Amino acid sequence: MPILEGQDVTKYFGGLAAVSHVNFHIDQGEILGLIGPNGAGKTTLFNLISGAIPLKSGGIIFKGQKLNGLKPHQICKMGVSRTFQETKIFTDISVFQNVLMGAFFGTPTRISGVDAAKETSQALESVGLSAMSATPVQDLTLVNQKRVEVARALATKPELLLLDELMAGLNPTETSETMELVTKIRDTGISIFMVEHVMKAIMGICERIMVLHHGEKIAEGTCQEIAANKTVIEVYLGEEVHAGS
Amino acid sequence: MNIATFASKRFLVPVVLVLIVVLLATAPLYTAPGTIPLMTTIIMYIILAVSWTMFSGPTGYISLASAAFFGCGIYVSALLFERGAALLPLPAVIIIGGLVGFCFALIVGLATLRLRGIYFTMFSFGLLELARRLIQYYEFYVTGVRGRYVGNVDVNTVYFIMLAILVVTLLTVYFIRRSRLGLAMQGIGKNEEAAAHMGVNTTMVKVLTFAISAFFMGATGALAATRWLYVDPTIAFNLNYSFLPLLMAIVGGVGQPYGPVIGGFAFAYLRHVLQSRTPYYFMLIFGAIMIVVILFLPGGLASLIERWRYRLEGLMSKLWKGAQAE
Repeated sequence: MPILEGQDVTKYFGGLAAVSHVNFHIDQGEILGLIGPNGAGKTTLFNLISGAIPLKSGGIIFKGQKLNGLKPHQICKMGVSRTFQETKIFTDISVFQNVLMGAFFGTPTRISGVDAAKETSQALESVGLSAMSATPVQDLTLVNQKRVEVARALATKPELLLLDELMAGLNPTETSETMELVTKIRDTGISIFMVEHVMKAIMGICERIMVLHHGEKIAEGTCQEIAANKTVIEVYLGEEVHAGS
Repeated sequence: MNIATFASKRFLVPVVLVLIVVLLATAPLYTAPGTIPLMTTIIMYIILAVSWTMFSGPTGYISLASAAFFGCGIYVSALLFERGAALLPLPAVIIIGGLVGFCFALIVGLATLRLRGIYFTMFSFGLLELARRLIQYYEFYVTGVRGRYVGNVDVNTVYFIMLAILVVTLLTVYFIRRSRLGLAMQGIGKNEEAAAHMGVNTTMVKVLTFAISAFFMGATGALAATRWLYVDPTIAFNLNYSFLPLLMAIVGGVGQPYGPVIGGFAFAYLRHVLQSRTPYYFMLIFGAIMIVVILFLPGGLASLIERWRYRLEGLMSKLWKGAQAE
């Protein structure tokens, strides 16, 4: 059974269909990649899943339960956690407290202070930030701020993790480290749905890829299938394909 | 941890705080006549500034509704006094005043705390006017009363209760700051969307803390009313009680829990001195001082104290090391 299923997901902003009749599913323990040109509706789809934008048309089902109409904090407690394209960290407080926030509030049952601190240390360790737990979060480099977001999401004990352009702005070394991190997280049993522009990253770690263009799903398949897909190439490279051939 | 920080954190601070409370509680025994009413007023402003900061400080939602909750308390008192005598014991009147403020904030909060930034501020401002007009309407058409006499309560009694409310308010601030509720409020202030996605029920946290802060404003209003003998809707719902706590908190500094205490004290005392010595230039001088503080101390008076504290701690640890070397 898929862990997350989208049925005919549609969202209009005024007259513009940001996401239009998209069907998708993520299997348990899978890494699903989501690609598409700017403005394709990738982040909107994430916002619909996480509850940041209410879904009016279509359905999103997580482990057999409908997410429609739920608030972000309820969806988080059910086991869907996310990071943001533009990092949304809590400035002026320490890395530890940033992650502690997820540990305290992200689980459905009330957690004791000692347990929350333990969860926080674990999450920080799994992203390799243990040494910086006392640092004010705004003093970190971009890659480490992104890791704080991942740790914060992990501290909420998710079963499904939504990663929105985790690799954007990272150098090649950081990118490959982050790819390793994502694979490691998946190996702990967490399913992953990731938006990414860095093709090397997406091709390297995803089992399947889904392509959005103007809010519509234009392709879905394995990395090889997508890399060879004519529509996808046209969408990404446009006329240049013909000019070069 | 060196000896200086150890002393200041573990031992010095609680002892000094208890000493201050004891000194304040025994003030009627040794102060000059006329001092107690002034001190009561100062403490009242401090409570308003502290309870304003309780909600608006960490969440960053700038509320101008303080006067509405304060006024609720005042009117509870006005309604519960008949011909100068309280219908209920004074503490009960005060607690009811607080509860009315709490409930009012709860209802209003549920409706408005989804507004953000300037929209919330504007609405909270309108709330005051709404409350005033409602009471005016009620008094004019239903009861036919223009204003009300509130009973006279002994000066020292008012002072003691005011001090007690201050202590409870400060303890509440202290415990909220240490609790997960305090962490959630900080998260909301730093990035509300991220906090919601981390599982924080942002609406619940905001409404609850807004209502808790309104409780203390209402309770203070119920007590303050007993000092004024006469109240009508215009006196009770005075815009000053919305702006002054905000200014006091900002002048004092909202980053530290004692910021609004210092701000409230400095502000209320300065106001008293200027108003009695230079009634004509009072607002002028007052405004100039405000501008200077905000220009040169954006973190408020508390940031000045923090700076001094670091220096003092540095000095003390140096002396300590020097003493050890010898």
